[in-house]
Amino acid sequence: MALTCIWTGMVLLSVLFGIGNGTLDNVGQAALEGASSALELALGMAGAVCLWSAVMELMRQCGLADSLSRIFRPLLRRLLPQGSRDKETLSAVSANVSANLLGLGNAATPLGIQAAQRMAAGCNGTATDELCRLVVLNTASIQLLPTTVSGIRAACGSAAPMDILPAVWLTSLLSVTAGLAAARLLQTIWRD
Amino acid sequence: MHISSWVIPAVLAGTALYALLRRIDGYSALTEGAMQGLTVMVKILPSLIVLLSATAMLRASGALQWLTELLSPLLSTVGIPPETMPLLLIRPISGSGALAVGGELMAQYGPDSYIGRVAAVMLGSTETTFYTVAVYFGAANIRRTRYAIPAALTADAVGFLGAAMSVRLFFGT
Repeated sequence: MALTCIWTGMVLLSVLFGIGNGTLDNVGQAALEGASSALELALGMAGAVCLWSAVMELMRQCGLADSLSRIFRPLLRRLLPQGSRDKETLSAVSANVSANLLGLGNAATPLGIQAAQRMAAGCNGTATDELCRLVVLNTASIQLLPTTVSGIRAACGSAAPMDILPAVWLTSLLSVTAGLAAARLLQTIWRD
Repeated sequence: MHISSWVIPAVLAGTALYALLRRIDGYSALTEGAMQGLTVMVKILPSLIVLLSATAMLRASGALQWLTELLSPLLSTVGIPPETMPLLLIRPISGSGALAVGGELMAQYGPDSYIGRVAAVMLGSTETTFYTVAVYFGAANIRRTRYAIPAALTADAVGFLGAAMSVRLFFGT
């Protein structure tokens, strides 16, 4: 529903400005051009997205995702002390984090949901502090290789699509730290 | 030669070798994964078409320029290039919308320009916050989300600031 409002708003605003600026001809033209450039963008990046998705699936089948998830267990035990008392929750959360790191969105979401459902048992529809932290962890993107973005960059003719790697890592680290710090702070001052 | 030239060849060769050593049927795993990638592309294509059409209309009408100028003092003060404003607005709401807007920025300013790189890093280090919160809390039957959304949006805001900062740090403007 939100997107319906956004789309309608965008179109109405364009028409209003088109009338006001006398650019209505361009607006109509742009609607069609935008649609075809979407297809061009998708075609341009599809090859790279599929190749990366192939490599990441191979990594998963090799057991790389499992090894990654073992590395994160100690950290997650500290972040979610109550939830990780339950063995299955801990293994679901750590598999969720490692799938996110490898950019396996399709695998990460069901694992995260499974963990959230176990952690939400008996909390009567109110998010616990640990559930908030789990959600923050999943809304802050942590990905080792930003494959989709590098696909778009390649489609646009970038000389080195992966050269943004260090910038992405630094930014992700700052962002997830800020999210978790904000959750900690809000936890102490939030009045329900 | 930039060190990042090594990333793609090394990851491909390393994974293939490791799979061979572990005696995994690598080829079928690869094609399986490529099929999943294709499914993802097909799934996002309809919204990409619809949203890029509206974005192009906004730009052609002059409304986007007006919006950018309206908010540019605010963004410039914190060091974010004002041209990325549409991306900031759509990022937490729609994943394919953000791809559409970010892709357009990269095409317009060039993927290796300052603005193009900032847009790429923003896309690569933030998530579709509202969608993710809805999916997780929806599945866990949580109605009172307490401070989860403000905390997640803090992460996004720091991600946007950090994207501009780290691109300046690693590449200059």
